[in-house]
Amino acid sequence: MTEKKSFVADKIKKIPYSGIRKFFDVAKEIEGVISLGVGEPDFETPWAIRERAIYNLEKGRTVYTSNAGLMELREELSQYFERKINVKYNPKNQIIVTVGASEGIDIALRAVVNSGDEVLLPQPSYVSYKPCIEMAGGVPVIITTKVENDFRLTPDELLDKITDKTKALILPYPNNPTGAIMERNDLEKIAEVLKDRDIVVISDEIYAELTYGDRTHVSIASIDGMYDKTIVLNGFSKAYSMTGWRVGYAAGPEDIIAAMTKIHQYIIMCASTTGQYAALEALKSCDVSVAAMRKEYDARRRFMLKGFRDMGLECFEALGAFYLFPCIKCTGMSSDEFCERLLNEQKVAVVPGTALGESGEGFIRCSYAYSIDDINKALIHIEKFVKKYRK
Amino acid sequence: MENEILELLENDSRISAERIAVILDKPIEDVKDCIKKMESEQIICGYNTIINWDKTQKEFVTALVEVRVTPQRDRGFDQIAKRIYNFNEVKSVYLMSGAYDLMVILEGKNIKEISHFISDKLSTLDSVLSTATHFVLKKYKDHGIILEKSKTGDERMIVSP
Repeated sequence: MTEKKSFVADKIKKIPYSGIRKFFDVAKEIEGVISLGVGEPDFETPWAIRERAIYNLEKGRTVYTSNAGLMELREELSQYFERKINVKYNPKNQIIVTVGASEGIDIALRAVVNSGDEVLLPQPSYVSYKPCIEMAGGVPVIITTKVENDFRLTPDELLDKITDKTKALILPYPNNPTGAIMERNDLEKIAEVLKDRDIVVISDEIYAELTYGDRTHVSIASIDGMYDKTIVLNGFSKAYSMTGWRVGYAAGPEDIIAAMTKIHQYIIMCASTTGQYAALEALKSCDVSVAAMRKEYDARRRFMLKGFRDMGLECFEALGAFYLFPCIKCTGMSSDEFCERLLNEQKVAVVPGTALGESGEGFIRCSYAYSIDDINKALIHIEKFVKKYRK
Repeated sequence: MENEILELLENDSRISAERIAVILDKPIEDVKDCIKKMESEQIICGYNTIINWDKTQKEFVTALVEVRVTPQRDRGFDQIAKRIYNFNEVKSVYLMSGAYDLMVILEGKNIKEISHFISDKLSTLDSVLSTATHFVLKKYKDHGIILEKSKTGDERMIVSP
């Protein structure tokens, strides 16, 4: 008998499953796990949003919307951009509503990448960028950000990787998994490098509402000279605790948004109609809920940071998203080994830094999208583990 | 810092000063002093627990009583409010705008006990013109807490990107 033929395309075969998925498969087999492993909020979607969605379902508003999304939603988004990041986008042709920011990553890359183009990708960062670059026919060029720079992208690191094949830069800040942010002066330095180059920036700002202290998010699109070469990606999942609704959006130069809309029209048609109505309500009435959630995350962030530092783990002060990224090198273990043994011995699930890029080696990602009591429980176990294995 | 501490305590009166200090990134002594100060200034007036008595064996009835009164010269409503709120049966007293003057919240073992209080004690006060009593049939939400919230547990995956 001949071996069963696999019909899967070589290009897809070559792409590995994400390290997070592998780790999830291990973790789900163990009973009673305390997790700091999720990348989604623990809050319920604010009731005003859910109630609006129910109302629209009752009204029978269940047909397709236009490809780019409800006009009313795009108009509201346009105002939101102006209010939050001080950038103007025309709702008619510069904004598209996507199925989460995830779709935004995919169609932005497909819209700008020609086969063989290089796409610069700072890591550690979210798991989807690299495979999406590859599926779009591009070549990912990894830029390793460093803890001594608080995992910010520096102009030198950027310059070092630019070649004449460079087409795009992915700018993933506030960052998952490190919690790093880019402040205005950091972005100005990046803009200076890009000023005279034909490189488009794909700025994934999904955690924009979650920055702490007195810092508010700054978008590279608002920096001089960057508006015409920046695609901004964002969505409702993190800020409004709406992960399961799958509503995101992208904004940028007219021609790129038109190209993205073309792809979106053929593969998606439109984002979920109920989700779009819910998103509209979120923008209209939920600033207070977002502020309350941000405040709660901030409290947890400080609580967890002190916990790690008290147990002797080095941890830089993350100022965005809802992750801390402590260094576990003092145990002499690799990230994978640390996480697997922590799971087996203490039943605590955290994500190995390497799941989000090889440069995450020596770090673990801990989410604080949990109640302080749950975080406290997990920290007690992690402390026991670290004490036992510290070298 | 005062408001931030108050918000934390309002949400969880059992939270320790140590934890408040960590969360707000302030020295523990400053937090303790601040709480003491707010207690002495009666900004913090007490630490209560929200209990759903319906789930216990205890007999328990709540009534809201709309009270119309004659305000007294120079003293307004304060004097009559005081005469009312000093009774142990009275849980809360608010001065209201609108069709009546005082909202009095009573708690008692049963309807009879509350009725007695209203007819014997409350209605007979000199300045009280009239009362209208509403008994609470069921409490759904109190002090921002939904009393019978269905617990769904954490439905998120253990690990996600």
